[in-house]
Amino acid sequence: MATTQMRTTARLMLAPSVILLLIWMVVPLAATLYYSFQNYSLLNPITSFAGWGNYYYFLTDPAFSSAVVNTLLLVGGVLLISVVGGTFLALLIDQPIFGQGIVRILVISPFFVMPTVAALVWKNMMMNPIYGIFAWLLSLFGLPPIDFFAQIPLLSVTIIVAWQWLPFATLILLTALQSLDGEQIEAAEMDGAGAVSRFIYLVLPHLSRAITVVILIETIFLLSVFAEILVTTNGGPGTATTNLPFLVYTQALLSYDVGVASAGGVIAIIVANIVAFFLMRIVGKNLEA
Amino acid sequence: MGSIHLNKVSKVFGDLKVIPSLDLEINEGEFVVFVGPSGCGKSTLLRLIAGLEDLSGGTISIDGNDVTNAPPAKRGLAMVFQSYALYPHMSVRKNIAFPLKMAGEDKATIDKKVEDAARVLNLTDYLERKPGQLSGGQRQRVAIGRAIVRQPTAFLFDEPLSNLDAALRVTMRLEISELHHELGTTMIYVTHDQVEAMTMADKIVVLNRGNIEQVGSPMELYNHPRNLFVAGFIGSPKMNFVEGKDAQAFGAPTIGIRPEHLSYSSSEGAWKGKVGVAEHLGSDTFCHVHTENSGTMTLRVSGEAGLKHGDTIYLTPEESRIHRFDDKGLAIA
Repeated sequence: MATTQMRTTARLMLAPSVILLLIWMVVPLAATLYYSFQNYSLLNPITSFAGWGNYYYFLTDPAFSSAVVNTLLLVGGVLLISVVGGTFLALLIDQPIFGQGIVRILVISPFFVMPTVAALVWKNMMMNPIYGIFAWLLSLFGLPPIDFFAQIPLLSVTIIVAWQWLPFATLILLTALQSLDGEQIEAAEMDGAGAVSRFIYLVLPHLSRAITVVILIETIFLLSVFAEILVTTNGGPGTATTNLPFLVYTQALLSYDVGVASAGGVIAIIVANIVAFFLMRIVGKNLEA
Repeated sequence: MGSIHLNKVSKVFGDLKVIPSLDLEINEGEFVVFVGPSGCGKSTLLRLIAGLEDLSGGTISIDGNDVTNAPPAKRGLAMVFQSYALYPHMSVRKNIAFPLKMAGEDKATIDKKVEDAARVLNLTDYLERKPGQLSGGQRQRVAIGRAIVRQPTAFLFDEPLSNLDAALRVTMRLEISELHHELGTTMIYVTHDQVEAMTMADKIVVLNRGNIEQVGSPMELYNHPRNLFVAGFIGSPKMNFVEGKDAQAFGAPTIGIRPEHLSYSSSEGAWKGKVGVAEHLGSDTFCHVHTENSGTMTLRVSGEAGLKHGDTIYLTPEESRIHRFDDKGLAIA
């Protein structure tokens, strides 16, 4: 990019994709903002300006506060399981073992299963209280089966989503582990550090950047978990597994109220930004070189 | 404290015999250098002593205690790695303190020992910095600091100077030698650079394909190399070897003569040749002379020689400095 001419050419060449991306982003956002201030129901062809009415309606919905809490619990729970479990799995499959390649592919495979399929498999084959595997396992010990989606609905959804995201965390953390300098570990061994000390003082600090990346990327996707909830619990029982995206869905497609759903969407954006702000304050410093 | 005894030590990686079987005695307080070409097993031998590799056979004892199966930390040795292996997220202070912290010493003792080590190594001003903010030489010193705070029975150095530039290498060489005199601890030093070996060692162990070719003081190896390998490896520039008829004239199948023990004349001498490239170092000049029958020989001349490319000269070896080798490449006494 040495000359002015080259810079101009570069900008011209970049322009189509940049403009397309901008439209892709700005048009839906603008439309959402516009509809959020309209009285717009799919059952009523007449639309009118609503002021802050849609926002007021959405925020005072009794399901709203529980939806926010559920969203945060779901994100937090999945992050906890996938980061801790991912670190553990990465340490495990980093060891030289027989059939390493196959084990690695198996560990990574859940990531390729579609969310709806994964949720259905878990719902019908694993967690079903009558013929699910967990029920059978419990029966071996003479214990009563757990009705997962009635007794611990949010935890069940969290487990399913965590199962899907565990491979991602494992993969990122495994690559980070492999970049750890072997001589450092040997030096620590000479210095008298046991396996636990080596993990705490060497491996964990080395992984901090990768863990940050996992947390940030997963949060983006986990804030909008939807398919797993729709397929398993439909947001229930009551609102026990309704998160923000699901609440927006109920407003738009179950109550046919596009205006309130749009207001919900805008609020979801704001919540996501608040979460992002706190995340960056907490873990963002790990990204600085 | 600090004598190490290797008895029939061997190491096999799969089908590859890295070290066939080797005996070695390292005395207390000695500066021992393992030297050899790359892949000769010198680093493996060091790692066996450190406990970072398992032995395939034989025993190792330190100060009379059998440590063959002891973990690295229990051997009381400290190692300085080629890459320094500093902990990148810890400050210099924490790096040096790490072995003490692992040994469970109390904070006051740790602080005092770290300060002492930092003073010895001129690191006091850098204690709060991270390794990434240090120069190569400073990192090297931190690695040494981390080794000396433990007061080990012996230090192991694995090619510690190979990542430094030439000028710094000379400085650090002196510092390590100085440190050895100050501490009086046994040191084992691995290098492929025979200059480092010659200048630092009390005892040099020349290794080739996992075998010890010769053990001795630097001057012993220089004056009395036991075979062709040692003769060619020790000394810079390399010893010249002469075979065939020219060698027979001096009573051996192969003879070796060092570049500094050749004299030249423009009219008469043992071997006639043409001057090739001359390397001018200021204090010395290395002339590569293409001889008629014995290939290219290196001639070392003090100061400026005044020899020009293409000149015809005669070389004569100094009779008492000729090394004679038999058919198997062993020196004839």
